[in-house]
Formats: sequence, structure tokens, C-alpha cells
Amino acid sequence: MIRHNALRSALAAGFALSLSGLAQAQDVPPGEQPVDPYVQSNANAGATPLADKATFEAFHGKAGLARIASDLVDRNLADPRIKDIFATADTVRLKRTLTEQFCYVLGGGCDYTGKDMTQAHKDQGITGRDFNALVENLQWAMDKEGVPFAAQNKLLAKLAPMARQTIERK
Amino acid sequence: MMAGSAGAAELESGGKLLLTGGVSALEGSAGGGLSTWAVIAGNETSRGVGGKVHATYVDVSDYKLRAYGGAVGLFDRVELSAARQEFDTGATGAKLGLGKGFTFKQDIVGVKVRVLGDAVYDQDTWIPQVAVGAQWKKNDQGAIVRAVGGKDDSGVDYYAAATKLLLDKSLVLNGTVRLTKANQTGLLGFGGDRNDDYKAQFEGSAGWLVSKRLALGAEYRTKPSNLGFAKEDDWMDLFAAYAVNKTVSVTLAYVDLGDIATFKDQRGLYVSLQAGF
Repeated sequence: MIRHNALRSALAAGFALSLSGLAQAQDVPPGEQPVDPYVQSNANAGATPLADKATFEAFHGKAGLARIASDLVDRNLADPRIKDIFATADTVRLKRTLTEQFCYVLGGGCDYTGKDMTQAHKDQGITGRDFNALVENLQWAMDKEGVPFAAQNKLLAKLAPMARQTIERK
Repeated sequence: MMAGSAGAAELESGGKLLLTGGVSALEGSAGGGLSTWAVIAGNETSRGVGGKVHATYVDVSDYKLRAYGGAVGLFDRVELSAARQEFDTGATGAKLGLGKGFTFKQDIVGVKVRVLGDAVYDQDTWIPQVAVGAQWKKNDQGAIVRAVGGKDDSGVDYYAAATKLLLDKSLVLNGTVRLTKANQTGLLGFGGDRNDDYKAQFEGSAGWLVSKRLALGAEYRTKPSNLGFAKEDDWMDLFAAYAVNKTVSVTLAYVDLGDIATFKDQRGLYVSLQAGF
């Protein structure tokens, strides 16, 4: 905290150009594209967190969830059924926000900084078949991570009702 | 935009998650093995058409039952089904005075409509998927049916079914209330000398999802006892349903069908092979 304040003072003292650069870097995490402003809130995650941490641990914590989110996004991009939906996605941001969302709803203590489910899937024309294809890819990624089936279902139970916000073509 | 509009007019095939369309019940509709559920047959989603065909063989102490049929699912909303059952009395036929290998045949045509809820997606509410349906049944042995006290060789069952997937517990539950006059589900006709009124019967199923492909469970089905010559028992089973892939699934069960036509304790194997599309 002290070091942070010292850095700010130093920047304020004479590195105005660098300061503006740093502010921008803080808003847009490394490797991600800028997004239009929106209100960040854990309510955007679309589900309430699990009270018990056992499931989060069965997913091997945040590191496990990051691997699952990454594998899920990569598999979606390679899946002929749904790759077009992800063609223009910022995959770095998507992997980060998915990890946060999974971590938040499993009670891992993360904050979710992404958009809400309606906004995040708006105008993508997602069908029930697309939604289920993603579920299958998520199951594949969870299997790859070695998450027990019963624990997988606890995450899927949190995500399943999001079908109502994400499926546009019913 | 144009492509999107054109796509909207096309029917989509497939898309359901493994086993979420249930298996084929004995009477041809999607369900468990002995009971009919609220799920709609086939692999289609709300934007497509799907279906399922099945062949089922039941081998209990003194009888055999063969059943085969198919069902079409329309937009995961409406299901039309047809099944034929052959109740083969084998050597028991001679003891019953019907002749060796005497076989009752029954044709069943069913319709089911999902009226509310989604068994799979609605994980944030207790509300189940609910469907109502009817099954028209026609038995080909009217003379024998009447000789044993039955009133009719055809009948209609009406039912309401509720199916709920409790995903966070890896459980699937179903409860069905059926209004029926059927004796042994219609294999021995409809109505009888003891009772000829519709009676509400209950079908309950509980399954544990062991993996994406495998469900283990049990079912219980109550039945009326309309015929004076032989009391009729409730049915129950212990089942394993396995999805080989998205198309093929197999159900194996141990069934206890109780007493049938004076022959006691009809227990044995139930095996059903199904293909869904």
C-alpha cells in the first residue's frame, strides 16, 4: 500500500504521460480488447455462490477453474457446431471472466467483473442446441481436469438456468 | 441477417444432452422402463424434430413380454408414440387352458404434451417439467378378456407426469398420476367384474446419475385390481440405463411384476435397446 502510494506520488510528480498509460492499462487487462463501460457487479454472474467450499476444491481451486475455462474456450473455437459464435470473441477476456464466474458461483471468493448473461450473449442468436453443445464441451473440460461427476453437476446446476438469458432463438 | 432468417425456418435435428430425453417406457412413450415421464422422446430441442425407436424384452418366471415401437418428438413439446406389446404365456398358456404359447397382443397409441417447466434447465426452482398425455390401447383377445371377467378389449389411459432433474444432487425424479381401467396395463383388457371405473394410479421413479452415460434407479407403479379371478399386484423395478452414444442406449432392469393371472411372483429380467435421433 505504501509502495503503491509512493509510486502514485512519483507518477504525479512528473510522469504525466506514463500515468495516463498506466490508467488505461489498469482498465483493460493485458492482452484484452477494450469494452464499452458497464456496471460491474457480482450480481452479473447470474447465480448465487455455493456456501460450501468442497465443490470449489474438487475443481482444484481457481487454478483448476482457469484451466477448465481455457480448455472450454479453445474447444468451443474448434467445435464446428458453435465456433462461429466465438469467432469474434476476445478469448483472453472470455477465459478470465469465465474463470471469475465459475470461481464466484462455486463460492471460491472471487469477484465477477464481466457483463451480465443477457448482455454477454446479446444478438448472438444462440439456440438450445448451441447451449447444449457448450455444456458438452464444459463437461469435456471438467473431465480433463479430473473433476468428479457429482461436483461437475453442482456447477452445471448453477449454469443451467442461464439458458433463459442466453438462448435467444427458442 | 439473411442467413439467420433462412436458418430459422430450418428444422434442427439433435442437440439434447445425453439421457435427458429419458428412455423408452414399456408403453412406447419416453420415461423410465415401467413408467411414463414428462420428458419428450427424441434428441431434438425446441427448434427441431426427433424420435426414438425401441425393442424391449421382459422375461419373468412364467411369462415373456416383447414390446417394440417408436415415438416422434416435435419441438421438445409434443410426443406421438406407438407401441405393440406381445404378452407370451408360453408353457403357462397350457396351464391356463389357453394353449401353449398363447399370446395377447396390445397396440398402444399415445400423445403427450409438455405443459410447463424444463426438467433440465430449471435448476433454480423446484418447479418440475409437467406433461399431460393419453394412451389408446387395443387388445386383440377380446373373447378371452371377457371370459376372465374383463369388460372391454380397449381403453384409454390419461396421465399427468412431473419430471425433475436435481442436478446438484445428480438425481432425477418422476411422479405420474394415471387414470386407468387397464388390467395388467391392458394386456388382460380393461375394467372387470370387481371394478369398472377409472381409478387413479401412481408411478414413481428415482434415478441416480452415476456419469453422463449411466443412470441407476428404481421405479414403482401401482395398478388397479379389477378382475375377480386373479388379484393384480403393483409393479417395481431396479434399472440401469446406459447411453452407448448419442443414438443408442440400453436399459437393463430387474423387474418384480407380482402375481399375474394366478401365477405368483413374476420376477425377472427386463432388457431394452433404444435408438434416438
